[in-house]
Order: sequence, then structure tokens, then C-alpha cells
Amino acid sequence: MKHLPPERHTLSILVDNEAGVLARIVGLFSARGYNIESLTVADVSDDHLVSRITVVTSGPPPVIEQIMAQLDRLVPVHRVLDLTALGPHVEREMALVKVAGTGDKRVEALRLADIFRARPVDTSTNSFVFEVSGSTDKVNQFIALMREVGLVEVARTGVVAIARGAEAA
Amino acid sequence: MGLEIAGAEIVVQALIDLGVEVVFGYPGGAVLPIYDALFQQNRIRHILVRHEQAAVHAAEGYARSSGKVGVVLVTSGPGATNAVTGITDALMDSVPLVVITGQVPTHLIGTDAFQECDTVGITRHCSKHNYLVKDTARLGPVLHEAFYIARSGRPGPVVIDIPKDVQIFKARYIKPGTIAHKTYKPQVKGDLAAIEAAVDMLAAAERPILYTGGGIINSGPVASQLLRELAKASGAPVTSTLMGLGTLPADHPQFLGMLGMHGSYEANMAMNRCDLMVCLGARFDDRVTGRLDAFSPTSRKIHVDIDRSSFNKTVRVDLTIQGDVGSVLEDMLKVWRARGHAPADLAPWWAQITGWRARNSFGFEQKGVDPSGALLPQKAIQRLYEMTKAKKPIISTEVGQHQMWAAQHFGFHEPNKWLTSGGLGTMGYGLPAAIGAQLAFPGALVIDIAGEASIQMNIQELGTATQYRLPVKIFIINNEYMGMVRQWQELNHGSRYSESYSDSLPDFVKLAEAYGWKGVVIDGPGNLDAGIQAMLDHPGPVVVDCRVSKLANCFPMIPSGAAHTDMILSAADEVGPADDDAKALV
Repeated sequence: MKHLPPERHTLSILVDNEAGVLARIVGLFSARGYNIESLTVADVSDDHLVSRITVVTSGPPPVIEQIMAQLDRLVPVHRVLDLTALGPHVEREMALVKVAGTGDKRVEALRLADIFRARPVDTSTNSFVFEVSGSTDKVNQFIALMREVGLVEVARTGVVAIARGAEAA
Repeated sequence: MGLEIAGAEIVVQALIDLGVEVVFGYPGGAVLPIYDALFQQNRIRHILVRHEQAAVHAAEGYARSSGKVGVVLVTSGPGATNAVTGITDALMDSVPLVVITGQVPTHLIGTDAFQECDTVGITRHCSKHNYLVKDTARLGPVLHEAFYIARSGRPGPVVIDIPKDVQIFKARYIKPGTIAHKTYKPQVKGDLAAIEAAVDMLAAAERPILYTGGGIINSGPVASQLLRELAKASGAPVTSTLMGLGTLPADHPQFLGMLGMHGSYEANMAMNRCDLMVCLGARFDDRVTGRLDAFSPTSRKIHVDIDRSSFNKTVRVDLTIQGDVGSVLEDMLKVWRARGHAPADLAPWWAQITGWRARNSFGFEQKGVDPSGALLPQKAIQRLYEMTKAKKPIISTEVGQHQMWAAQHFGFHEPNKWLTSGGLGTMGYGLPAAIGAQLAFPGALVIDIAGEASIQMNIQELGTATQYRLPVKIFIINNEYMGMVRQWQELNHGSRYSESYSDSLPDFVKLAEAYGWKGVVIDGPGNLDAGIQAMLDHPGPVVVDCRVSKLANCFPMIPSGAAHTDMILSAADEVGPADDDAKALV
């Protein structure tokens, strides 16, 4: 069963916003040997009672199914959604990308940033910090290009995702 | 109830309101306020164990024999860490427990205070759920919720960690009504369309088998009754996991015995050759399936379980029904009757099974009789069964060969009479579990079938039984080896018996007497019956040191990494050393 090819799935998990819940989720992944490619978490409710955790994981379909079932039986978990299986959804992540250089490299960095709709959010005479957001692929591409023009360091949020359409998923 | 009372009093009042009669525990600095509150009441009986691990196993024995939630009270730090083995055991075997642990006061948490440990962190993955209660006002609701979570759905242990200041501070306590948890809602009723499909598959099957497990026992005695009705209606053969023994009487004509690594030949062959497998409250454990890619290759499979995560975990099935197995069995029977199904003609299937049965795979006399004339361990357990069955005893075990021999040769006729550590395989489980069961059923005959190695893991609990005048019997199958370790060393490691000899054993009779127990020795076939009779005749607790053949192995056996069809029936069938892949399996 575990020899099928792995698939990348984006899971959205609504949980009680209380101490230790994130540790339960992360601990479940490590204890059962599941992958975490990215993970984001923030309070998303009016009354601060519910957080949304977005996990990008990978595994053969039966393993993804097992991850869903294991998450679902944790007491503080409200809902688990496999956004990849549910269909059309939007995935975004943001990165802050620091680039240093002068002369042509500095001009080229600005030009590339413009193409990627990355905004400079900090600048000095020999550096920029760009804010770029979009799909994981787009962010990857932008970072790859910045390597050519003086990349210093990167901070990324990891993926957040939501289903398309008027309804809550 | 407008009055504010101390947190410790809230704990005790909530336990009383929840109908708790017995608490197993051990005091210490961080739970002194709760012990003080216990001292000032007479509704709850506290049983003082000698080690916290035993408190948890005793609560397990109490819970599994009575169907009630077992309650444990221990202190912070070592009290909590000593309880971890028992909590993990309860999680693996789905035993409902509430474990209350003391904690250092909230302002000291995180400072490496005396007897501080991160109890909720440590128990997060070995409990069904856990709480750190930082506000006295939350104690009442948390306790009631914890009992609800422990006993509903797939039962399991729930840990409540209570800092000492929270036990001291005061708050109002109101007995809550029905618990409706906002996220935790176990599904009890099975999907009717799926149940109808399952019934039609069962009615149409030519070679069906019902594969039953501990879920049926957890569902309550009615579920065992319903299983008997479904067996009768369908005419299908029934096998059981280690955890499910007793759901169908051992002498029921449709019962094939336990399946799996040390199960019967007919049960394993029927699992391999069936065309429809109905799994009822079992979980396709590796002890049951053997080699996965050879597991029941030609069957369609139906899985009934209350825990969705049990589905398709290791074995893909064709139809899943999530729900309480008792409720699903009831609906299956209703549908079966409404549709006027009669048992299909299963005569050819039964003829095949009769052929497998004729191999008499549990028949030990013909294989490996000890040339020295020593007592065979299987014989000892068979006689113990025959001489006690009229008393409907509750049997607990430790872990190892004696456990498997007990499962094979002791007949179980009712649920809740068989207490054994299945999932975790915890040596030292049996004596405290027997103590817990004896407290739930003071008049019952409770016997811990033990090994001479396992019994030493919680031997200190002899004192607990003495203190509370519990007439527990311990029947030690003494072969002077950690027998199952020795057996695996024989099969997989060239008979190099590395550290598996039980050296420097105590004189069990003198040890028993030192604790105020009676000690009996059985040293050969000649005084087996007399020794068992002496044990039964003594009204108090008894240790029987039953010395058996030292090198007897537990057969039949599916070697690790092998398929159901590759069973070893006796020592004569033993195959060569296993390859490295098989050796790597446990």
C-alpha cells in the first residue's frame, strides 16, 4: 500500500485555539512518520476560539487517507479538509527575500522583482528586502532568480490555502 | 452548590458524582490536598498500590472486568512517569481510564522544580486526550468531560494534570448535566446502506468468516449476545483475536479458536481461504495478519469499527462501517431478518474447516513430550481450566509463552473474564490487573496466570493484595526462562540464549509467606491436581510455583514475516533460520 507514488496534498485543519494543540498535530506527524512540507497556523475566529492550521504533506493516497483519519480523531480538532481532494482552491505563500549588490546586479534585481510583482519593503544603498507572494512555484522561481543577483537570505511563511467559491469548505 | 470549595474537594466531589467507587493510587507532595480530601469522606475507596505502574494496571483490570472507567491518582514527576507504561497499555488496548496526576504549582511550571515533569507533554501521545488544568473553576467540567471521553467512542486513557495551587484555591462546583462536546462526537450508529450491503454480502458468501475482536467486549455484554445471534443466523465460522476471547464461548461449535501468530490452524487457514471476511471490532494487528501481501488474498473484506483510523491502515477493505459494533450488529440482525435471509449452504466450507481442525493444532501431547517426564506447561493450564471452570474465573496474564498457552488452553465462555496486555505486551500487567478485577468482583475467583520472569516485574503488589485481603491467586508457569525470548532465540538466533535465563529466582513459596500469602509448589505431573486443589481450598491469596518443562515452545506459530499458510504446528516442522527481513520484524 505504501509503495504507491506519493502525492502532494494540502490539508486544512480547524482546531481549538488552546495551548498544546499545535504540539498534538505536529507530534502526530512525527510519531507516525508522516511528512510535513510546510505548516502555518493562526487564530482565524472572531472570538479567538478557533485556529486554522494549513499543512502541506506528501504520501501515497492510502497514507493521506490515514493522516486525515488520525487527525480527525484528535479531541480538539473540529474539521479536517483535504483541499487537494476537494477540488479548486487557492494556495498562497509569502516570502521576504534579502538581496545585496550594486551596479547592474542591483538594477537587474529591481527589474526581476517588478516582473514578479515583488515589492521592496526595505532598502539600503546596497541591498533590498523584497516581499513576494503567490504559489509555491512562483516563490521558488523568484528566489532562484535572486540567487543570480546577490541573494543573502530568505524567510517564507509556508502555504496558506482556502477553497474557491462562496461557501465555507 | 453556591459555596466555593477547594479544588481538591471539587475533584473528590466530581468523582463521587461520576459514580466512582474505587481509586488506585499512591500519594506524594503534589497531590496531598486531594489525598486530604479523600481522607475526609467515605464514599470513595482508595487502594494504595506499591508502584504507580501497578495503579494503572489495577485500574485497567477493574475497568476491563467491570466495564466501568478505572481511576488512578498519582503525584507529579516520578509518579506520573511511572504511570506512563500503564497509560500506554490502556491506549493500545482501548481501556477507559481517567488518570489524575499532581503537578507543581502553576508559578513553578517550567522552572525544573522538585518532582516536576512535563506530564501533558509526556502523555500526549500515549493518552486518548489530556489536560493541564490551570484554573480551579475548570476542574469540575474537565473531570466530567474526561470521563465522557474515556468511556465513549473507542475507549482510552485520559490524563488530567492538576497543579497543587489549583487544588488549594477555591471555586464553585456545579454538577454538569449531559456532556455535549463541541468537537468530539463519536459515531455510534452505522450507516444503514452500508449495513444492508454487508448483510447481502454475508448472505451470498460461500466461505464467510467472522473475525471478532476486543471492540465487541468494549461495546458491552449485549454485543457478545448479538454476535452469538449473528453466528447462528448466518452459520458462519467465528474466530477471535487475543483481546476478543470470551465473546463467543470457547466450546461453541462455530468457534475456530484464536487466530494469528499463535492461533489455531483452522482459524488461520479459514482466514486465508475465505471469500468474505467480516471484521467486527478488531484492527488487523500484525500478530493477526502475518505477512501482509499474503493475507487472505481471495476474500472481500468488511470492517466494522468505531475508530475511523482503523480502516485501511494496513489492510485494504472493500466496505467500511463506522459505528459501535454492538449497534451495527443489532442493525445487521434486523436487516438479515427483514430480508428473510436463511443461512447459505456452507456445508462444503465447513467440510474444509473440519479437515483443518483434524490437524488438532493445539493438541500438545503428541509433540515434544519432555523426555525427563517434566510437566508440560500446556497440560498445567488445561488442568487449571478444567478444575476451575465451574467457578467462572476471571483470568489475567503477564506476557510471554504462558500468556499464549493460557489463550490457547484456557476456555473463555463470557466476555470480561480475560484480562491480558495485548497491544503493548506489558510484562508485569497480570498481578495488578488481577487485584483490580478482584476489587470489582470480591467474590470471584481471580487467577493471574504468570511466568516466573514477568511476575517479578510487579511482584511488590503482593503487599497490596495482603493489605486489602484480596484472595488473588497467582499461577506461575515456571520454566526458568523468559520463554518467548528463548523461543525466538532458538528460531532466529541459533539457540544462543542471550540473557534469557531466569537466574537467581526467589523461593516463591517463602516470598509468598513473607507477604502473608500461602505458597504452593507443583514440581511434576504427579502433584498437579493436588497443587491446584490446595490453591482453590485456601480462602486467601496463593502463589503457585508450577515448575514445568524448561524448553517447551509455544506452537502452533506463524514465524515472523510468514503467511497464515506457513504455520509451524510443532517443533518437528521448524524451518531454517529466518532471512534478515523476517528477523527485523518483532
